Amino acid sequence: MSNAVPLTRAYRLAVASRVIAAAFGGYALASAATVLLALIWPGPQPQALLWASMLSFAIYSVAVIWVFVARSATRAWVGIVLITAVVAALAWLLKNGGAA
Amino acid sequence: MFSSLRQCTSWLHTWTGLIVGWVLFFVFVTGTPGYFQTEITRWMQPERPMVEQIALTDRAGAFDRALDRLQQVAAGAANWRINLPHDSVPSRNWQEFGIAWQEMPPEGHDFGPAGSERLDVNTGAVLPSGVEPRATAGGNTLYRMHYLLHYVDFDLGIRIVGICTMLMLMAIVTGVITHKKIFKDFFTFRPGKGQRSWLDAHNAVSVMALPFFLMITYSGLVFFMYSYMPAGINTLYGSDQQSRKPYFSELFPEFNRKSVAVTRPETALTALVEKAEAVWGPGKVRSITLMHHQGEGERLALTLNRVNEGSLDIHRSDTLRFDARTGESLDPEPLAGGAARTTQAVMLNLHEGLFVGAWGRWVYFLAGLLGCAMIGTGMVLWTVKRRKHHLGSGFEGQEHFGVRLVENLNVATIAGLPLAVAAYFLANRLLPLDITDRPAWEVHSMFAVWLGTLFYALARPLHRAWIELFWAGCAAYALVPVVNALTTDRHLLNSLRAGDWVIAGFDLTMWGLAALLALMAVKVKRRLDPARAARQAAAALRVQEGSAA
Repeated sequence: MSNAVPLTRAYRLAVASRVIAAAFGGYALASAATVLLALIWPGPQPQALLWASMLSFAIYSVAVIWVFVARSATRAWVGIVLITAVVAALAWLLKNGGAA
Repeated sequence: MFSSLRQCTSWLHTWTGLIVGWVLFFVFVTGTPGYFQTEITRWMQPERPMVEQIALTDRAGAFDRALDRLQQVAAGAANWRINLPHDSVPSRNWQEFGIAWQEMPPEGHDFGPAGSERLDVNTGAVLPSGVEPRATAGGNTLYRMHYLLHYVDFDLGIRIVGICTMLMLMAIVTGVITHKKIFKDFFTFRPGKGQRSWLDAHNAVSVMALPFFLMITYSGLVFFMYSYMPAGINTLYGSDQQSRKPYFSELFPEFNRKSVAVTRPETALTALVEKAEAVWGPGKVRSITLMHHQGEGERLALTLNRVNEGSLDIHRSDTLRFDARTGESLDPEPLAGGAARTTQAVMLNLHEGLFVGAWGRWVYFLAGLLGCAMIGTGMVLWTVKRRKHHLGSGFEGQEHFGVRLVENLNVATIAGLPLAVAAYFLANRLLPLDITDRPAWEVHSMFAVWLGTLFYALARPLHRAWIELFWAGCAAYALVPVVNALTTDRHLLNSLRAGDWVIAGFDLTMWGLAALLALMAVKVKRRLDPARAARQAAAALRVQEGSAA
């Protein structure tokens, strides 16, 4: 890889940016998705949460890979933040709206 | 940034692998012997005699005497248990006849203190606890290092291991994507070709045990999922134990019931055991538990537990329940937790491998060694690639500091850690028996030797350090059975003659590991021989010049 792409400052920054997006953005997305999945999974609540918790690492993995596959670091950031926001909002609505 | 998914995942694979390689190597080296942790502990306590396998002949009398003893020491307890002698699959040893109980929980506690005693099969007399074995950290401490590390507190330890495990999962997934011709690559081995050979070896080892690696990393994350991914449980239940209680008591009701004090059962236990054996087969009753749960009416229930075997949900064995007064059959307890709980149990059991017998344990052990090999070859590959890159860039003289550092750490980890584990076993035999904190000093010995190998690696030329540390490791493992023979009476001849396969198996495994390290030393010597490397570099240069011209 490094043979093809010169190790410029911009390149290093883009990589650093993606690493942060993958580690923290991916984690936020996986966390939000765990809550949402636990709320929509059919069956008793504890079992649903157990399923969602077990699956959370698979979600995290996919999110991380997606961040590195995205065409640019900016796109990766926008995608992660948008999806996390939507998933978190849905989870919030389901949890608090459902109780009301 | 990357022109293709494959290119990207290849990059991700290289760097995630490097960052966590050393920690993961430690995790695999300490986790693999965990599959034999009870055997290792037994070897580290040579004073403990081999357990005699005595079956129960006079059942009715034995049960009576066990109940007498329980009434004497555990009247009004929350539960009583009579353990029948049997061969246990999860702990892979003979379980002796005995009793166990748990007292009623004191005010403000969920559980009361527990106790247990071994009883003489014929007389019902309480058996003495036997000789006091030497103080040792045992196989258990070694095994616990693979998820707790050492010298760091619990929360930090599991988090470091957790992050590394997550990155290993990424390295595996991206590794599979990178090698789309994974099975073709698997059958490609080009020995004696420098970097190509390392790559082929890394691929072959990785594919060979790929299902195991995927299973072991993912299930490893599941062990501590509420710590690693707490958002779900914190949002829906809460972050403290009290608010999480409804969650756990619905999934695991058997650990969360309130008990009423038990009284001596009136029905004859032998008749119940015979009923159970008619269903499960002779000798398949593991224990009899007497419990009285709140909210179950006046039902004092006797539960007969089947021997744990043949199931991936090993901790939840088949049971039969009877009324302790009349002896009539009770309905089985509903299976709690549904498919979710069973799935989790299967994941954790696949990780721990408690459900397999001795041969299955060896398969796990070998898969663990393949894990060490996968991580080791991967880390070496990283430096071999970089070294070539720097050679190619015309800076042969100046070794890049980072590459040199990684190479030193690789030597100290891959060749040094096995030596340190051997030192742990040797310390068990050589440390004075009466020093204070003896178990801690066994562990200190291990880490002191490991640190020593790092200094050694820094001080010696790289290829010499590799070869010499592998030979040192070989010598250390070869010495373990010798030191055992010199310091105890449980030497190989004795243990083989007595048919004590736990002790003999440990000694023989040490020699097996010594042979493995000798093989590594020879291989590395051939590969890293400077004269040979120079010849190879010259040949590569000729090829380059040829293609340029």
